[in-house]
Amino acid sequence: MRYLPHTDVDVQQMLDQIGVSNIEELFSGVPADCRLKRPLDLSAAKSESETLTFLRGLAEQNTKTSDWDSFLGGGAYNHFIPAVIDQLVSRSEFYTAYTPYQPEISQGTLQAVFEFQTLICQLTGMDVANASMYDGASACAEAVLLTIRAGKKRHKILLSQGLPPQYRETIATYSAHLNIDLIDIPLQAGVTDQAELQKLLSDQVAAVVIGYPNYFGQIENLGSIAELTHASGTRLVAAVSEPLALALYRSPGELGADIVVGEGQSFGIPLSYGGPGIGFFAVRKEDMRVLPGRLVGETMDKDGKRGFVLTLATREQHIRREKATSNICSNQGMCVLMVAIYLALHGKQGLRQLAEVNYAKAVYAKEKISQLDGFSVPFSGETFNEFVITCSEPVAALKQRLEQQGVLAGISLGRDYPDLENGLLICVTEQNSQEQIDRLVAALAGGEA
Amino acid sequence: MNFPEELKYTEDHEWVLAEDDVVTIGISDFAQDQLGDIVFVELPEVGDTLEEGKTFGVVESVKAVSDVYAPVSGEVVEINEELPDAPEAVNNSPYEDGWMIKIKLSDPAQLDSLMNATVYQEFVEKD
Amino acid sequence: MMSTEGRGLVLDENLLFEKSQSGRVGYSITRLDVPAVTPDQSLIRDEIADFPELSEVDVVRHYTRLSTWNYGVDSGLYPLGSCTMKYNPKINETAARLPGFTDIHPQTPEALNQGALELMYNLQRDLGEISGFPAITLQPAAGAQGEFAGMLMIRAWHEANGQKRHKVIIPDTAHGTNPASSALCGYEVITVASDGILSKEAIAAVMDDDVAALMVTNPNTLGLFEADIRGICDLVHERGGLVYSDGANLNAMMGISRPGDIGIDVMHFNLHKTFSTPHGGGGPGSGPVGVADKLIPFLPVPYVVKEDDGFKLEYNCPQSIGRMKSFHGHFGILVRAYCYILSMGGEGLKRASELAVLNANYIRARLEGEYDLPNKQRSLHEVVFSEEGLQNDCHTLDVAKRLIDYGYHPPTIYFPLVVHGALMIEPTETESKQTLDEFCDVLLAIAEEAKTTPELLKQAPVRAKVKRLDETAAARRPKLRWERG
Repeated sequence: MRYLPHTDVDVQQMLDQIGVSNIEELFSGVPADCRLKRPLDLSAAKSESETLTFLRGLAEQNTKTSDWDSFLGGGAYNHFIPAVIDQLVSRSEFYTAYTPYQPEISQGTLQAVFEFQTLICQLTGMDVANASMYDGASACAEAVLLTIRAGKKRHKILLSQGLPPQYRETIATYSAHLNIDLIDIPLQAGVTDQAELQKLLSDQVAAVVIGYPNYFGQIENLGSIAELTHASGTRLVAAVSEPLALALYRSPGELGADIVVGEGQSFGIPLSYGGPGIGFFAVRKEDMRVLPGRLVGETMDKDGKRGFVLTLATREQHIRREKATSNICSNQGMCVLMVAIYLALHGKQGLRQLAEVNYAKAVYAKEKISQLDGFSVPFSGETFNEFVITCSEPVAALKQRLEQQGVLAGISLGRDYPDLENGLLICVTEQNSQEQIDRLVAALAGGEA
Repeated sequence: MNFPEELKYTEDHEWVLAEDDVVTIGISDFAQDQLGDIVFVELPEVGDTLEEGKTFGVVESVKAVSDVYAPVSGEVVEINEELPDAPEAVNNSPYEDGWMIKIKLSDPAQLDSLMNATVYQEFVEKD
Repeated sequence: MMSTEGRGLVLDENLLFEKSQSGRVGYSITRLDVPAVTPDQSLIRDEIADFPELSEVDVVRHYTRLSTWNYGVDSGLYPLGSCTMKYNPKINETAARLPGFTDIHPQTPEALNQGALELMYNLQRDLGEISGFPAITLQPAAGAQGEFAGMLMIRAWHEANGQKRHKVIIPDTAHGTNPASSALCGYEVITVASDGILSKEAIAAVMDDDVAALMVTNPNTLGLFEADIRGICDLVHERGGLVYSDGANLNAMMGISRPGDIGIDVMHFNLHKTFSTPHGGGGPGSGPVGVADKLIPFLPVPYVVKEDDGFKLEYNCPQSIGRMKSFHGHFGILVRAYCYILSMGGEGLKRASELAVLNANYIRARLEGEYDLPNKQRSLHEVVFSEEGLQNDCHTLDVAKRLIDYGYHPPTIYFPLVVHGALMIEPTETESKQTLDEFCDVLLAIAEEAKTTPELLKQAPVRAKVKRLDETAAARRPKLRWERG
């Protein structure tokens, strides 16, 4: 096997040095009744070429966003990935390293994470960001746990129904056994109903969690929600599943959010069937010491030279064990690098321009579809690159009809939102040309794509 | 190692300075030495009620966390506001600048069960 | 061969923000082909203050230079105990980058992504065969999330049986994630002392009807197989508890022993350890979980099933613990791990475990005379030395830092806590005898330096990008982001 360098001579010399006559003796500590007495029933080893051929065969059975007209979003976004990213993250000094436990030989990773933390702070308008979480949903769940820890006796969490369903489900999993009451805040016209929110708020509520943009692509009035929320001494968590929106819309930090979490996949990470992506997690200074996850800080070496280290580690599981702020250990290191490179390339102007392109294309599609017979746009508020339509024909049939024409029209909303039984969530990004949008519109109308 | 005569000590290495019904509390020279460079101190809030033997705060070094226990019961009347910004005071001056909290005793008899400097010195050496 | 001589070219590089030049761009966005419109002005943000402005060349040079300050498995031996830093095969990277794997959206109808689902199904099956568990979930994002999922299933099982148990037993040698994951499930942690092999008596002393589970790591963090594991499992089961096994050290066991066969009820895998997926500077990992029959109804959703008309994602599981994260796990990592299993085959995986154990024992044999070995039992894939006997007040940290000057990544240090000044070495199977010899020669030389020239250890490293860093200052006055000065 090409990854196993041992020659027979090597093995013999090593056994001699150890003082055993065969490898089997090294396993003498494993009792006979714990041994597997047959070979593993797996396929025989394939050559490099056979392996690739086989995997290519599987890959080719999948539906690529690059070959189809895809309007799928809903928490995973089809954005262009500059060639630079894969070239740079393929430098194996980055990807074959582990967590930077030895800072002197990990300064590359550490500086890159420090820059990532800064970029996330700038984008979200917050003071402190950690070195990443698994994804947006788990970051959001960890944010809920933070507010419970920091909220003393408060045990209720108000979740906007506009939060992506997968975020709400993940929060439910994480908080199942911690005596936390999860309460839904209903929607009004596609955004969080503030009158209902007002009624639900009390001194028992640790956090209000709002999607920004929300699952329907709508821009919530975060500023006014923040005022309501803070009036009862409650923390506001903004969950951002499409962070490109933050290059265009006012940042959650500016609008008063206390915690901003979200998914960074939009920034240079392939869709990869939904993972790995990357969660980001940003807070105000006051919450720095209850933050989950790793943090990189700046310091100096013995000679007074700038360097970076993992810091405030006493929050973490390897030191505080059952009292840690989270059980997270490995995070999304390589994806941190992808996001940072993406943001560095696009920079101040590029990210804004890209956001404007996404917005304009989505508006174009929304207007075109709203003019079609049998279709309507139920919510009138501002959106970013996603919006909801409702159809007079059953959504399942509609989607299948469009699939025949090579169009992935959107995500059905009926399962998660019974009121929107014939609702479809459509996402338009810079990857969708005007021609593609026009084909979508024509296909929806019943014509040829 | 320095263990001033005028203080009383606990087995968890806190010290108590009892002047009247308000006592001052910190951690001993031995404790700060064991912990190494202290980077953060978490204290209760003024008005909190502490119970003898229960934790009232946390002291952190770079790679360790230690709870600090209340030597006596009572209400917190003052905390050392300087410590969050200058945790090194606990290392450099554990009995003066590094004091942590002042509490109003609820049961002065609890002081009697604490060690004096000589007994504490023996306790530390045995430990 | 073992020298700290040589020249290097290690240059400084400012932060992105310090290199930024107003008006510089590193992007090219496709022309807007629809009418330009903007949202309501009141909603729009000002430009992002101090966001970097760089050319493509700036960015490429920046990260290329940063990469040269890092040490990875491709740079050399990375014997980080418990982390299984084996070689990351390049074909895995090629496979994961096939457009049919990267360009697929998680919400695409299942019928249109049969290849991806088949891959996941096959991986579930293969991990089941390797571990002896009848069902596998691929959803957890990393080992710690796998533990959390496993403990949630244990709790759900107890509750389904009308039991409210409150405690979990964890040996003090365990990874910190074990107690942290248990606490997330609302359990109180009972720590048992274990300096070597866990005894049935030690567990019996704390096992009662309020204990939901025992969490073990097998082989444990000293590299020892828990020889009484079957008896311990029986004991816990008799009292109505379940046994969780941390799969961090599965690399010693492939084809040798299967946790599912010996009484373990649930175990997580670390694909980034045992199955060669890259550690990525701290992730992404992937933490599939294998479960015994009785826990199948509680698996997180979704998982892949095979039906007559193809592969499907199963969501309809009323007793499920729910969803751990968005979508279907770290698919890109699953591709790499499956690619590794295909490349190795069953025999190859067993050989990998055998050679991992041979390598660790070889290091042990070569260093045992010079470094203190507190535990003399036959160890498997890793070996743990202590700092006893190091001369002139030299400590484990000094040895670790001196190794850097010789061009090696240090082992795991100061873990497990039960060994004083632990130096935990896990070479993995992908290192040759020659590499191990050079590494052992260096460690022996360092022990000698400790006797004769201890300042070389105390000052080390002198050849890395930076010298020892002031971690105390970093923690006392945290500076966690760049800000314009």
